Amino acid sequence: MTRSGFVIANLFRKRTRTILTLLSVIMAFLLFGLLQSVNTIFNAGADFVGATRLMVQARVSFTSPLPLSMVPKLEAIPGVARVAYQQWFGGVWQQNTPLIMFSLDPQRYRDVYPEWVMSDAQWQAFASTRTGMIVGKQLAGQLGWKIGQKIPIASNIWPQKNGSKAWTFDLVGIFDGKDEEWKKRTNLAFIQQDYFDEANQFGVKGRTNFFILKLTDAGQARAVSRTVDAMFENSPDETKTQTEKDFNISFVKQIGDIGLIVRWILFAVFFTLLLVVGNTMAQSVRERIPELAVLKTLGFPDGSVLGFVLAEAFALCLCGGLLGLALASIGGAMIEKGTGGQFQLRLDVSVWLIGIAAIVLMSIAVGLLPALRARRLRIVDALAGR
Amino acid sequence: MSESMVQVRSVTKVYERGKQKIEVLHGLTLDIPRGDFVALMGPSGSGKTTLLNLIGGLDKPTSGEIVVGGSRIDQLSSGQLAHWRAHNVGFVFQFYNLMPVLSAEANVELPLLLTRLSAAQRRRNVAVALQVVGLADRAKHKPRELSGGQEQRVAIARALVSDPHLLVCDEPTGDLDRKTAEEILGLLQVLNREHGKTIVIVTHDPKAAEFARRTLHLEKGQLLEQAA
Repeated sequence: MTRSGFVIANLFRKRTRTILTLLSVIMAFLLFGLLQSVNTIFNAGADFVGATRLMVQARVSFTSPLPLSMVPKLEAIPGVARVAYQQWFGGVWQQNTPLIMFSLDPQRYRDVYPEWVMSDAQWQAFASTRTGMIVGKQLAGQLGWKIGQKIPIASNIWPQKNGSKAWTFDLVGIFDGKDEEWKKRTNLAFIQQDYFDEANQFGVKGRTNFFILKLTDAGQARAVSRTVDAMFENSPDETKTQTEKDFNISFVKQIGDIGLIVRWILFAVFFTLLLVVGNTMAQSVRERIPELAVLKTLGFPDGSVLGFVLAEAFALCLCGGLLGLALASIGGAMIEKGTGGQFQLRLDVSVWLIGIAAIVLMSIAVGLLPALRARRLRIVDALAGR
Repeated sequence: MSESMVQVRSVTKVYERGKQKIEVLHGLTLDIPRGDFVALMGPSGSGKTTLLNLIGGLDKPTSGEIVVGGSRIDQLSSGQLAHWRAHNVGFVFQFYNLMPVLSAEANVELPLLLTRLSAAQRRRNVAVALQVVGLADRAKHKPRELSGGQEQRVAIARALVSDPHLLVCDEPTGDLDRKTAEEILGLLQVLNREHGKTIVIVTHDPKAAEFARRTLHLEKGQLLEQAA
């Protein structure tokens, strides 16, 4: 027998209680893993984008489209090198695979987003094919699409003029990202703005959700955004211009402050967990006061007795925590697969590190008081049941 | 048997219970030679268990000196006392106080976790200790799978396994039937006579005391007589 064997044996003294406590720790860390990953996803959009792009949307909401006639005015603003635009299409592949899909002007988009890597021939094919579509490498891989295929896509927002929700596009290109950050985001699909304009039933011709301004100098971002908003003030199409990073953050915050929501949920989960595991540990120590006194009688010093109790708390939190994080990893991978890669719930290293730190802190929080009680135990009183 | 194993000199022990002070031992002096087998008898509250706890280093006297095996244990710190107990004294309790989650052999091995012995050496010592108490065939059993007498034998094996010179036993047969009690006392006698262990037991039972070499009577915290 070893000291660790003794700790494990004590942990399973009341098997049912330990298993139930373990399950609550597992659940808490499963939630922690998944929610932290969600948080990471919602924050990730902000960090990698370039500082030389501004996003222009309608002041009220990006769902109110702006007229494409604004393009020459925007391009005439000093500091603006090029203007692109994109319109949300919201396609669905087969029955239930939603796609992140936009209509756009191929050449303008290519000029503004050099981060997307694709051969010239494919860019030209996209520009010259009215029903053309290009998709990211990740998306093509997941759905098994190949260049030359006709891709039937349904749109719940935009029916065609004949009332059909079914659109068919020709896959003419597959793009990749210039680096790891951009490669991770190759789950997008783009179609031609002209074709979309012409074929959609609502006839929202010549309008788009966003303009993207490529600046000649990142230092001019503030001045250019002021100029843009001032230019369209008091017009039917008032604008809100912000950096791409701020745009991504505010886009996410339309759902709510995800970080804050996650923090509150996790606070509630861990607070409850502290009470549950803390109670288990306190009860476990209370039940075996005489046994702890016997350990001291046999010559185990106060520090060893304290260590045994803390080690039990640590073992419980470690097993539950690692199992919970592992399940979150598996669950995240399953969600990612189930959503065709649209929702990338991967537990990255930072989530694991925060999780392990939480395990250590929680072990101390739930184990320290019972351990100190065990340490302070007077042998004579404990053996006499006082 | 002339060399002293235990020397108790003018020992007083006062317990504080709230505002009340209770003097349990009043200037008690006692010598127990090496290899002796002493029974401490007396009515409840006479101070038997308190004296046993002091001799075993589980508690400290309020005043006076206690020397066991040449060490002034009344002057040791709590940590030093723990270390001293681990190497010099074995304990046997009325209710056995075994760890219910451990097998008999793991219970016996417990004190050896405080030594530098290898796992193989520890296993050997455990096997010998269980053999001495006649429980080699019950090594894998948990306490709840053993009878009271067998549990007490495991407790004695645990007390013996680190080979201490002194065994202190608090009512070791108090929870056993007559026949089993006699077997346990016979075992203690063997440990005293054949293995040279100095044994101090506390008992209420005169028949149990007959197994000792001598009996000391305590009353109201003082030693009354010394009977051979």
